[in-house]
Amino acid sequence: MTLVLLILVPLIGGFAAWIAGRRSADLSRWLSLAVALVELVLALTLWARHFGADVGSGGPWLEVVQRPWIPELGISFILAVDGLSLLMIVLTGFIGVMAVLVSWREIESRVGVYFACLLWVLAGITGVFMALDLFCFYFFWEVMLIPMTFLIGVWGHERRIYAAVKFFIFTLVGGLLMLVSILALTFTHAAETGVFTFAYGELLGTPVASPAAFWIMLGFFVAFAVKLPAVPIHNWLPDAHTEAPTAGSLILAALLLKTGAYGLIRFVVPLFPEASATMVPWALWLGVLGIIYGGVLAFAQTDLKRLVAYTSVSHMGFVLIGVYSWNELALQGTVMQMICHGISTGSLFLIVGMLYERIHTRDVTRMGGLWTQVPRLGGVAMIFAMASLGLPGTGNFVGEFLIIFGVFPVNIAVTVAALLGIVAATIYSLRIIQTTFHGPVAIAVKIEDMNHRELAMMAPMIIVIVWLGLWPSTVIATFEPAMESLFHLVPQLVIGGY
Amino acid sequence: MGDLLCSLPIWLVPALPALGFLVLAVIGGQLPRRWAAVIGTGSVGLSAAATLGVAACFLRHPPAGGVRIETLWTWIDVGSFEIGFSLALDALSLVMIFVVSFVGFLIHLYSTEYMADDEGFSRFFAYMNLFVAFMLMLVLADNLFLLYLGWEGVGLCSYLLIGFWYTDAANGAAAQKAFIVTRVGDTAMAVALLLLFKHAGTLDVRQAMAWATENWAPGSTMAVVVALLLLGGAVGKSAQLPLQTWLPDAMAGPTPVSALIHAATMVTAGVYLIARTHAVFLLAPPAMTAVAVVGAATLLLAGCSALVQTDIKRVLAYSTISQIGYMFLGLGVGAWSAAVFHLMTHAFFKALLFLAAGAVILALHHEQDIFKMGGLRKRLPAVFWTFLLGSASLAALPVVTAGFYSKDLILWAAWASSAGAPWLWAAGAIGALLTAFYSFRLVFIVFFGDEKGHVDHRPGLKIVLPLAVLAALSVVGGFVETPGWLGHVTAFSHLTESALPAVDWAVTDHHVEHRLQAVVAGITLLGVLAAYLLYLRPSSIPAAVKATALGAWLSRFWLSGWGFDALYDRLFIRPFKGLAHLLRGDPFDEISATVARVAESGHSALSRTQNGRIRTYAFGIGVGAVIAAAIVVLT
Repeated sequence: MTLVLLILVPLIGGFAAWIAGRRSADLSRWLSLAVALVELVLALTLWARHFGADVGSGGPWLEVVQRPWIPELGISFILAVDGLSLLMIVLTGFIGVMAVLVSWREIESRVGVYFACLLWVLAGITGVFMALDLFCFYFFWEVMLIPMTFLIGVWGHERRIYAAVKFFIFTLVGGLLMLVSILALTFTHAAETGVFTFAYGELLGTPVASPAAFWIMLGFFVAFAVKLPAVPIHNWLPDAHTEAPTAGSLILAALLLKTGAYGLIRFVVPLFPEASATMVPWALWLGVLGIIYGGVLAFAQTDLKRLVAYTSVSHMGFVLIGVYSWNELALQGTVMQMICHGISTGSLFLIVGMLYERIHTRDVTRMGGLWTQVPRLGGVAMIFAMASLGLPGTGNFVGEFLIIFGVFPVNIAVTVAALLGIVAATIYSLRIIQTTFHGPVAIAVKIEDMNHRELAMMAPMIIVIVWLGLWPSTVIATFEPAMESLFHLVPQLVIGGY
Repeated sequence: MGDLLCSLPIWLVPALPALGFLVLAVIGGQLPRRWAAVIGTGSVGLSAAATLGVAACFLRHPPAGGVRIETLWTWIDVGSFEIGFSLALDALSLVMIFVVSFVGFLIHLYSTEYMADDEGFSRFFAYMNLFVAFMLMLVLADNLFLLYLGWEGVGLCSYLLIGFWYTDAANGAAAQKAFIVTRVGDTAMAVALLLLFKHAGTLDVRQAMAWATENWAPGSTMAVVVALLLLGGAVGKSAQLPLQTWLPDAMAGPTPVSALIHAATMVTAGVYLIARTHAVFLLAPPAMTAVAVVGAATLLLAGCSALVQTDIKRVLAYSTISQIGYMFLGLGVGAWSAAVFHLMTHAFFKALLFLAAGAVILALHHEQDIFKMGGLRKRLPAVFWTFLLGSASLAALPVVTAGFYSKDLILWAAWASSAGAPWLWAAGAIGALLTAFYSFRLVFIVFFGDEKGHVDHRPGLKIVLPLAVLAALSVVGGFVETPGWLGHVTAFSHLTESALPAVDWAVTDHHVEHRLQAVVAGITLLGVLAAYLLYLRPSSIPAAVKATALGAWLSRFWLSGWGFDALYDRLFIRPFKGLAHLLRGDPFDEISATVARVAESGHSALSRTQNGRIRTYAFGIGVGAVIAAAIVVLT
């Protein structure tokens, strides 16, 4: 039942926030905060209930909800969580609270509709992380797309319409390719077995003839690679991130990109192991391309938000090489990287948002020496810049190095290139600090340091990122059984590994 | 008492400064300076006290196997990748935590006065405490992954403290340079870790080393590759060729930082790393040779550069690079204990020299140009005498200084060990001449001659006391290990023998040893004499040499550190910036933009056909009908 509530709470909460917004903007804000907190508590209780529990022989699924939806077409409503989904849902709940808090003063127009869209995006994302019927999954995939487009297009910055349309088209085209692939897979399955179904559990292991399998796989791959994003189909992201309101950038970076990674892990590789194996060299080098290209472009930017956006491209390249190395170390590292990138890059976007609220610019050439005025904000930015360059003691280090240790036996050249990406990360991360908080004082106006609301947002982010760096076993233990069952499905993609 | 001390956990040693950092980071801004100073200095002082306790236990009840291990928690546990957050104390770590906590404490004490008027007072102590905590983690780490945590952590603190006065863009550039250059070395080190884990299946230092010794034949490719990659990490951190360029610029930080991080502790981490993984190096003779050659080349290059610097801190910076070159030379010829011994004595006398230089700089209103100093002997007597002792120790004046004993051991091993060679010894001996010369050039220019600057700040007790203690250590610190003809004390090597192997001697003839010692002693005195003749007495020779074309070119070349910065600028920095500039608009965006343009022009072309004229439509229908008919008829 918790699983259904996890979707219903933000869905209904969204309508409530909309209606409340007609009476008073503050009411809508408080109501949304309450909804986000309830969602987080729901996610945490779900985690607490299954923390440290042994997974039985029935597979990795901790909880399952199954109802027929359109039985004539073999479509059912299946929600299930394993350790991987669970952590993604906890992350969604956590980031959801931050997204509401950061919008508190930033959004002043059409507040009710804004929070409705925000909560619906969260509902869609939660659904994506739980849906185990491919049709159902596609449904949630689109549910998260539409309100997100509105968040960017209505409440964004100067070029919001361009960015929103670009985001919409890229994601929609990817989504439609996935829909075609879903249908093709279902029909192939029906032809083989005579059973027409969209259920993930039944579609697993469907034998698809080899050229067809590759194309069907590619439909899924493109949809997820757009979201991830993988170079060269990443270019919706800098625009969307830059133009979105702070909460939009936060959700995009911390959660939406993770749905792409999640899709690769959950669907692409388990459904098409052979076809995925042929993708390995491509995916590895696309990942490396993303790491290096994203790093160089991040360095080249002068718009701070765009800069952070390109760091996402670089960090998510690690996820791509992690998934396609498909061994224990790389995959566990991938999940760590997904969580930690969500926290650290999300935090960087929050910091950029706070700066923008104060100095009304994102142009780093007009910043500098801000530490003298806002030392607390500077200190927080320093921590997350260090997380971004993978400093040990932050969770990002654990994620990136587990991936690197996992990739090493698969492909040494890719490993070395990824390590060079970490040098690039050092260069752009230090540049973030140097051009904003350090350097000659460039802003004459008096600005305030972080207030209580902002401290209340950033303190948990800091604690979590350091916690993940020093005690990662708390989360690793949660997703480990899920990963093991994935290995049970697909022992390996490439020869090699530990 | 011993048993009671043994209940003292090792983790207290790094945890106390870490706690100091936390307190200062969270509430440091609100604390009065006095409290920030007490917390900052006190935490490191307590850590030094804990070190004493831990050391007493270690010496009285030597643990089995020479190592005491303390596992705090499991850090990462993924399949076969098991990394404990665990500390290991052996003789090598013991020497290191002793140096770090004691020298660190003295420098913190000194800083309470040196930084007294600085706006960022509590921030300074927060960073310094964090540094000490990470440095202690580095040397106490039981596995290479945890060592890497300390390794990167000290790099962070080094960055933060070099750029401490952040509103000056030059400081920021120096700080970033230090971080980025060392991270290039770290990449090599990371690959070494990957290889070790892949083959040995563990990153636990002792297990991995034991595995390597058992499974890799001496001279095997993999051992050589791993050793060379570790060397790559070490040269970055320890500012050796070819990654030495960041250290002279690192002098942008406050002087206590230069003393602690860029002289006494962090820059010697590379020496520690190689000593820690000596088993792999012993299996890789070519890598050993590489270490020795890097050391010999670096000590000569940096020694030459130190000759011509005019900034007092840059002289000391090049001197540090050069002295670490000696340590690498020692490591490369298998004189592990001697290298660590020199690490310790160098920590004493170089920290002293930096702190004394800081007192001079403070007295002269932040003046760092040595030619604007002079005659300070009378104005700052305490600083003068301690600086003199430090310089004597750096120059390794025979018998009376600590530097003599440690350097002598390295030079003898460079000649007489099985991995040594006369030319390696010769490099070290020429280096001794350079060292003596530039050390006393500094003394004579700064403290003798005419008074040029106005002294308006005399050091107080909190500055003089650390100077005095370090000066004493710069003299007596060497007496823990003396040559055969001079008491034959072997306390230091006796302590480290449980952790580091002894030198494999090829020559054991003591007459040779004595003769070489005499030669080096003569060379050293010659260097001092030359400095005396050229800089203490009125002499036109330096100016005359500089006036010749070769002299002027060499002087500029050495001043710039052999042109490495310009070279790297051309090779790496400009291409990277050029690439970034070229790509800044994201060329991949053109693909989708082209699709969008094609769609738009198709749209406008097609909408032009909808013009409302019957004529056009009728023409369209006609043409369409003809084409359709043609298709039907012709196919």
